[in-house]
Amino acid sequence: MQLKMALAGNPNAGKTTLFNQLTGARQHVGNYPGITVDHKEGRLSHGGETIIVTDLPGTYSMTAYSAEELVARDYLVNNRPQVVINIVDASNLERNLYLTCQLLELGVPLVVALNMVDVAESRGIEINSAALSRHLQVPVVPIVARSGLGTEALLDAAIAVARENRPWTPLTISYGDDLDAALAEMLAIISDRRFLADTYPPRYTAIKYLENDQQLVERGEKTDAEAARRLQMLVDKSTDHTRRTLDVYPEAIIADQRYGYIKSLLRQGVISRKYDADRLYTSDRIDKVLTNRLVGPLIMLAILFALYQFTFSWSEVPVSWLENGFSWLGDKVEEILPEGILRSLVISGVIDGVGGVLGFVPLIMFMFFGIAVLEDSGYLARVAFMMDRVFRIFGLHGSSVMPFIVSGGIAGGCAVPGVMATRTLRSPKERMATLLTVPFMNCGAKLPVLALLIGAFFSEDRAQYMFFFTMLAWLVAMLAAKLLRSTVLRGAPTPFVMELPPYRLPTVRGLLIHTWERTYQYIKKAGTVILGISILLWAMMTFPHLPDAEQAEFAAKRQAILAEAGAEIVALLDQQGDDLPVEAAAVRERLAAIDNDQAEAALRHSLAGTIGTAMEPVSRLAGFDWRTDIALLGGFAAKEVIVSTLGTAYSMGEVDVEESQSLSERLKADDNWNRVVAVAAMIFIMFYSPCFVTLVCIAKEASWKWAAFSMGFNTIFAFALAVAVYQLGMFFGLG
Amino acid sequence: MSTILLRHMVKHQRGTIVTINVTGELGRRIREMGLIPGTEIAICGRAPLNDPIALRLQDSTITLRNNEADHILVQVEP
Ligand SMILES: Nc1nc2c(ncn2[C@@H]2O[C@H](COP(=O)(O)OP(=O)(O)OP(=O)(O)O)[C@@H](O)[C@H]2O)c(=O)[nH]1
Repeated sequence: MQLKMALAGNPNAGKTTLFNQLTGARQHVGNYPGITVDHKEGRLSHGGETIIVTDLPGTYSMTAYSAEELVARDYLVNNRPQVVINIVDASNLERNLYLTCQLLELGVPLVVALNMVDVAESRGIEINSAALSRHLQVPVVPIVARSGLGTEALLDAAIAVARENRPWTPLTISYGDDLDAALAEMLAIISDRRFLADTYPPRYTAIKYLENDQQLVERGEKTDAEAARRLQMLVDKSTDHTRRTLDVYPEAIIADQRYGYIKSLLRQGVISRKYDADRLYTSDRIDKVLTNRLVGPLIMLAILFALYQFTFSWSEVPVSWLENGFSWLGDKVEEILPEGILRSLVISGVIDGVGGVLGFVPLIMFMFFGIAVLEDSGYLARVAFMMDRVFRIFGLHGSSVMPFIVSGGIAGGCAVPGVMATRTLRSPKERMATLLTVPFMNCGAKLPVLALLIGAFFSEDRAQYMFFFTMLAWLVAMLAAKLLRSTVLRGAPTPFVMELPPYRLPTVRGLLIHTWERTYQYIKKAGTVILGISILLWAMMTFPHLPDAEQAEFAAKRQAILAEAGAEIVALLDQQGDDLPVEAAAVRERLAAIDNDQAEAALRHSLAGTIGTAMEPVSRLAGFDWRTDIALLGGFAAKEVIVSTLGTAYSMGEVDVEESQSLSERLKADDNWNRVVAVAAMIFIMFYSPCFVTLVCIAKEASWKWAAFSMGFNTIFAFALAVAVYQLGMFFGLG
Repeated sequence: MSTILLRHMVKHQRGTIVTINVTGELGRRIREMGLIPGTEIAICGRAPLNDPIALRLQDSTITLRNNEADHILVQVEP
């Protein structure tokens, strides 16, 4: 038989470390349906039993305020694991036992894992685990999750409890005369009507009613409205009473009494301290520097910049391996398959699509590794602490800074890892606002487009313009966040009350598992969808084909050139290499020009071309002609596609993203382009719909609805800005 | 002995929490972190822009914003 075991505990108590220690590589990470709370499951065998371990999200309590807490509670009451291991941080016992108390009140079969005894010891805290076990009436096993010390004993104890298979036995804590009396009355109703009896123990239900637990109250109303009404009346009565006599709400009394229970228990020979409370620990000393009001922000900038460098410079090597690999693959296919639809599909649809997905993998790995270092060491919480005041102005959270930086807050990031980095935010509204605005940053793929246009029209002061557009991205992203937080994401800010965990040296193993988990999730989730969309976009830019007549026309032109050149020169054309005689080179060039014209005609004739041409009357408002429209459509696939599509549309052939001088000359000479159009185009490109890889990530991190919103909202928003710039610019004759 | 709002405490000042006058999510978050009447606290410092505040409890360091600290009344030595 398989045993079900769950790990519960406060954030930072070492749950993940213990989970990894217990299950090793035999684990599986997913999401709880509909929300982005990790659902981790692993398997282990011990003493002849096979155990399925579930790592519940870290929580301080079991109320219904956050997705994490709901998930943890629902898992316990719905899946009824045979044993729950409550991991508590021995160096912060009192606060950690607050959750233990609630688990005991729920009555789950519990084993307490007293973790970080090494840290506690170094702080002169000594804990008598036998005494603690006696008072709590559950096994308590001291462990060091990081080294694995004590985990064998922990599993023995857990299996013993699981084997007992006794019914849930909730602990009863006294909540003072007033509330105890109210609870007794409520209990009578609950037992009488077997109210929610399948899910919660009676007293637990009553306490949650007094605590005004939204989820449980709603559920009660649905199952038994009459009982719910009577309970609510009792709750109102006692709330009234405590408000009048003590000026507090029952929920405050309940918390106080729980802590009272814990304190009295700890005083009975459970804990003894060698040093007085004022002692400064290493962590406090580090904080004196790292969160110092003057030096702190400077060090933070340096660290964030280092993270950025690490992510984007160090990943360049594996990224270029991947790119070379895929272009090699493309070349091979080109050799093997005959020219035609199939080849075009395989190269432009499949290989580019898969390459597009995998090309991000090194980036994501490096970023998550960097973030894991900051997170596990405890520094990320300090960053949130220092940045909160600024980001709060725009309805965001101190922790939003990381996703913004990664997405291109320092020009050249990428919104894909940026969107995924929002996972570190625990406040739902702030997280959503961050997730929707990070694509406004100037990612690495927008840079070549900006460089092209700046190079063409503002070549005098490139650096200033680049800097200006980076700042503009920040400004617009912040204002857009503010706009979202005052409209669709309106709501009070999530409380900032949080812990600054002590600094700890991350373990290599922890970092690697962390990094791999998240990277794998990206590949698995984004991969399939992205391939599909890539093929779709390819089809849009390929079909329908040019009519035969037109194709024949181009073929005839080619024939004419060849005929004119004569057989001698034609024979030379098949030669490889550049050292052709002048005449042959000229012929080759004329042929290439025809090819480019044909590519332009084909693009214009395709579905994308038709859409682009149809949009021209509207896009003219911002100064864009049909060629630009098609290129912008291509930008949905990836922003760097804009340059190459512009190239095709201006019959320049394949334009290398890195070397676009010729295209830049061509644009400068074109009547449709001038400085105002260039600025309008750059603004549009910076802020319109995120590329579809980002959209897929938004969909996976939030929902498809939000991804659609992001696409629509950003495009309309960017177009409005571009129109304003173009119209004003032309009005003042700046073109 | 006098009581002041947590917001008005200065760096390194110590005190004992008297009341926490807030319900709902914020109230619960404050309490579950161990900030309850009777808890001894000391101010560790403030973020560069003066907000949020970092507090030292017996075994942990907690941060909260000034406007959240407004709900907490602390008894301090003069
Ligand atoms: N010294 C010491 N450090 C530990 C021990 N257990 C865990 N740690 C460290 O504590 C930090 C937090 O551990 P995690 O396992 O990430 O904590 P968690 O409870 O999973 O935290 P969340 O993921 O936020 O829920 C890591 O840096 C661990 O290396 C221990 O027994 N002793």
